[in-house]
Amino acid sequence: MSYLDEKRNIPGTILFDGKMARKGYGLNKLCYSLNDADGREAFAADEQACCDKYGLTEEQKKAIADRDVLKLLELGGSIYYLAKFAGYIGLNVQDIGAQQTGMTVEEFKAKLVEQGQS
Amino acid sequence: MAKIIGGITTSHIPAIGRAIEGNLQQDPYWKPFFDGYPPIREWLNEKQPDVAVIFYNDHGLEFFIDKKPTFAIGAAAEYHNADEGWGIKPIPPIKGHEDLSWHICNQLVDNEFDITICQEMRVDHGLTVPMQLMWPGYKYDHMKVIPVCLNVEQHPMPSPKRCFDLGKAIGKAIESYDEDLKVVVLGTGGLSHQLDGERAGIINKKFDIECMDKIVNQPEELTKYSILDLVEIAGAQGPELIMWLGMRGVLTGNVKELHRNYHAPISNTGAGTMLLENS
Repeated sequence: MSYLDEKRNIPGTILFDGKMARKGYGLNKLCYSLNDADGREAFAADEQACCDKYGLTEEQKKAIADRDVLKLLELGGSIYYLAKFAGYIGLNVQDIGAQQTGMTVEEFKAKLVEQGQS
Repeated sequence: MAKIIGGITTSHIPAIGRAIEGNLQQDPYWKPFFDGYPPIREWLNEKQPDVAVIFYNDHGLEFFIDKKPTFAIGAAAEYHNADEGWGIKPIPPIKGHEDLSWHICNQLVDNEFDITICQEMRVDHGLTVPMQLMWPGYKYDHMKVIPVCLNVEQHPMPSPKRCFDLGKAIGKAIESYDEDLKVVVLGTGGLSHQLDGERAGIINKKFDIECMDKIVNQPEELTKYSILDLVEIAGAQGPELIMWLGMRGVLTGNVKELHRNYHAPISNTGAGTMLLENS
């Protein structure tokens, strides 16, 4: 039995497994294209055209337009490819951490520091 | 014969690369982290290893999810870093040791580790940040590396035990290589962190310290964790511990801890830096 057959509830966490990898294939491929300057330029020139090129669903397109990381994760985004999208829009991992947890960036950073001290 | 002289653990997060680029080693935020490295550099300088076997994961530079090897090993004469999309400057090429790579791959497949053998392989921050930490100023021209890339991005991921066993098989292969080489092994990544989801930002210091304690002489204890356990206890990126276990498996002799440094947070992560001697 695969460990993925075990239905363990880990709150606030989506496992990026085969189901998500299929669901998010185009979305992640779009984000992967942002590795290259050409990909970033194409995306900057026309986000919608790029979303169409990689076959994003309407929901995924909206989440891209909204810069909504939690929604993108739910729609099959892998954090490793979304990180490239986040970098492109000028957000670091504390910024997206704050966005996902509903904290301010300062609160999120303070929480990290606190855990390091405990 | 080739000799495995020791193992090193180190974080590899991109923020370290950015801090190096910005020359922030003495900045109050970064100093407690970077201060963990001089003893390791002194040891490397004294021992002068010829080859570094580096366990790391690729965060979407070389591999996309169109093809995602569970275990991939580099067998190239040279490895290149490239643009990862967020503007860290790529570092100069790193030399490989083709003969030793192929020797390891030959032994591994014979021992039923069916790895993917890569004659071209771009290496991302998972490998390049540790190179910069060990040999600052890109002074790694005397080194040859063997990248061992584990899948820690897409489930199913290989189990801690499997990665420890892979390390053991690599250790045996190195020791059967008929050339007088000194080999150091790096286990990169970790420790607790979670980048994604509403639970983003968890750090489990107790777990991190447990990993550092047990990796020295009780690594088998750490192999009892499942990937799901690691996600639950140490965050979605907690499974990066498998790269430490790969490294530890390679150390086949008597292992002695020479140095350690723990600091949290750096960016979103608990950073464990260790130097283990193998004799």
